[in-house]
Amino acid sequence: MAETGEGEPAGAGPDYSVEASGDTVLLELSGDWTGDDAGPGHEQLRDACLGQARSPRRWLLAAAEGFRWDSRTLARLYHLARAGEDRGIELDTTGLPEGMRTLLGVAHAVRAGEVESEPQPPPLARIGARWLRRYDAVLDFIAFIGDGMVALLRFASGRSHTRVRDLFYFIDQTGPRALGIVALISVLVGMILAYLGSVQLRQFGAEVYVANLVAVGMVREMGPLMTAVILAGRTGAAYAAQLGAMQANEEIDAVTTLGLSPMEYLVLPRLLALVLVMPLLVIFSDVVGLVGGALVASGMEVNFSQFLYQARDAVGLGDIATGLVKSVVFALLIATAGCQSGLMSGRSSAAVGTATTRAVVHAIVYLVAADAGLNILYDKMGV
Amino acid sequence: MPDADTHIEVRDLTLRYGSLLVQRDLNFTIRRGDVFVIMGGSGCGKSTLLKHMIGLEVPAEGEILIDGQDFFKARPREQKAMRRGWGISFQRGGLFSDLTLAENVAVPLHQYTDMPAGEMRDLIDFKLALVGLDGFGDYYPGEISGGMQKRAALARAIALDPELLFFDEPSAGLDPLSSQRLDELIVEIRDSMGGTVVIVTHELASIFSIATNAVFLDTGSKTQLDCGDPRHMLHHSDHELVRRFLSRGEYDSRDREGGS
Ligand SMILES: Nc1ncnc2c1ncn2[C@@H]1O[C@H](COP(=O)(O)OP(=O)(O)OP(=O)(O)O)[C@@H](O)[C@H]1O
Ligand SMILES: [Mg+2]
Repeated sequence: MAETGEGEPAGAGPDYSVEASGDTVLLELSGDWTGDDAGPGHEQLRDACLGQARSPRRWLLAAAEGFRWDSRTLARLYHLARAGEDRGIELDTTGLPEGMRTLLGVAHAVRAGEVESEPQPPPLARIGARWLRRYDAVLDFIAFIGDGMVALLRFASGRSHTRVRDLFYFIDQTGPRALGIVALISVLVGMILAYLGSVQLRQFGAEVYVANLVAVGMVREMGPLMTAVILAGRTGAAYAAQLGAMQANEEIDAVTTLGLSPMEYLVLPRLLALVLVMPLLVIFSDVVGLVGGALVASGMEVNFSQFLYQARDAVGLGDIATGLVKSVVFALLIATAGCQSGLMSGRSSAAVGTATTRAVVHAIVYLVAADAGLNILYDKMGV
Repeated sequence: MPDADTHIEVRDLTLRYGSLLVQRDLNFTIRRGDVFVIMGGSGCGKSTLLKHMIGLEVPAEGEILIDGQDFFKARPREQKAMRRGWGISFQRGGLFSDLTLAENVAVPLHQYTDMPAGEMRDLIDFKLALVGLDGFGDYYPGEISGGMQKRAALARAIALDPELLFFDEPSAGLDPLSSQRLDELIVEIRDSMGGTVVIVTHELASIFSIATNAVFLDTGSKTQLDCGDPRHMLHHSDHELVRRFLSRGEYDSRDREGGS
C-alpha cells in the first residue's frame, strides 16, 4: 500500500511517499524542498506516517535521487522525530544525506531538561492561592519598608555601608533634573484647576474664590500626587532598571558575597534621596501650579495680585503640612516599589523590562491607595 | 567529625530552582590546599552549585560544611567572618559597573580593613598588575573587553588574600597564553596563601595542569557521575561520558581496555 503527496512533475517540487511493511514505515522524500513552495508541513508528514501502520515501531527516513533540502526541511523532520518520540517510535535516519543526519543528531542531543510538573490543585484552591500570593506580596512590601527603616537607623548611627557619595549622586539625578517636567505638569494642572473653578464659580459671582480652589487643590492634593506620578515614572522606573541590570550582571551577588548589605549599599541611598528631594519638588510644584492658576484667572477678571493675595489667605500651615506628609509617604512608596522589583528581577534583559513595568504599576496603585487613605485620615483628624 | 584536612564537605546535596531540579545527591569532599574543579556540560548546574557553596542560594536538601560549619546555620556575625575569607569571581564577572576597576578592587578593602589610602592604592595597583591589568585602574568595566573584565573580577576576588577562592569560568574569553598565566597565578595564590581553590571550568588544559581533585556533574541523570583526580578519571572512570569529556571525545571504550 503506498500513498503519495500531491503529484508534481518529477524532479521539480517537494514530494514524498510513504510505505509500510510490518511495523516499519518508510518515508521517502524527493524533489526540491528548497524552493519558495515549502512543501508538506511536519503535521502532514506525521499524519501520513501514522496513517500507514496501526502500531508502527520504526520510521525509516530516506531520500530519493535528486532530493534537495535546507534547514526548513530539517525543522520539519526534527518535529516529526519529536512526534515519533512522544509515541515511542524509533526514528531511523540512515537513508538521509550525511549533512542532514549530523544536524538532526546535534539538534536532538540538546533538549532542555523537563520541569517536574506539580499536580494541579483544584480551581477553588488555585483562586485561594492566588489571593494568598497577593497578600504575601503586600506583606513583603511592608517588610521591605521595615528593612529600609532599620537600614536608615544604622545609617543615622554611622554604622552602615551606605556611601554618602551615592546619596548625592541620586539626589542630583532625582531632584534638579526633574524640575523641568515637574514645572510643565504643575503649571498645566494649575491652569486646569483654575478653568474648572472659574466656570463653576462664575455662576455664583464668586470668581475670586478660584484662588482658594487652586491653592488648596494644589497644596493638599494635586502637587504631591502629580509630582509622585512623575517621579514614579522617572525615578522609580530608573531604580528598578538599574537594580535589575545589576541583578542580571551578578553585581547584586557580588555585593552580598562581599559582605555588604544590598539594602544599605544599594537601596538606602536611593530611598533617602527620594525622601529628601520629594518634599522640595512638591513645594516647587505648588508654587508653579499657583502661577499657572493666576495666569488663567488674570484673563478672567481676577488680576494677578488679587489672586495671590486670596491664595495666601486660603492656605494654612496645616494644608502645607498635610501636603508634605503625603510627599514623604509617596516617596517611600515609589522608592520601595522601584528598588524591590529591581532586586527581585530575573537575570535577563526581558526580566529587567518586566521589573521596570512592575515598579511603575505598583507605585501608582500604592500612591493612589495611600492618597485616599491619608485623605480619610486627615478628615478624621480635622486637618 | 571531619578530619583537619577537610575544607569543604558536601553531603547529600540537592539543588533546585523552584520546581526545577538541577542536581541531586551530590557528595564530595574538598581538602585544604586542593584546586578543586567542578566540571560538566553546559547548563548542568555548575554555577548553581557554586552559588550554593557561597551562601547565595539555600540548598533544597542536604548541607555544605565549610570548616565544619554550615553557612545557613551560622549567626550573622559568623557568616560575615566566613565571607571575609572568601574571594569570588562570578561567571559574568559581577564587577560594579558604576565604579572604576580600581574602585572595584577597593570595595572589599574598604569593607574589611582600615588601610591608609596610600597603601591601599599601592595594593590595588599590585593586584591589577598581577592579573595583567597594569594601568587600567581608571577604566570602567564597560570600557574594557570581556576577558579583561574576567581578570579584573579576579583582582577584586584576591584583594584580601582569601583562604578560599571561588572562580566561575575564570579563563572563558582568554587566549591560551593568558589562560595559562591565570592557571599559574591561581596555583601561586594557593601556594602563598595556603588556601583552597574551587573552579568551574571546561578548559581541559587547566583541568589537567592544576586540578588536584574534581567532580563531574551530569545533565542527563542530574547527579554527579564521578569525583576524584581528573588524571585518574581520564583513564579509569567508570563512566564513559566522563572519559569522553576529559579526552575531548577521542576516547572510546576500546581505549579503556588498552589503557588499563
Ligand atoms: N536564577 C535561576 N532561576 C531558575 N533557573 C535557573 C536559574 N539559574 C540557572 N537556572 C537553571 O539551572 C540550570 C543550571 O544552570 P547553571 O547556570 O548552574 O548551569 P552551568 O552548569 O553553570 O552552565 P554553563 O556552563 O553554561 O555556565 C539551568 O537549567 C538553568 O536553566
Ligand atoms: Mg555557569
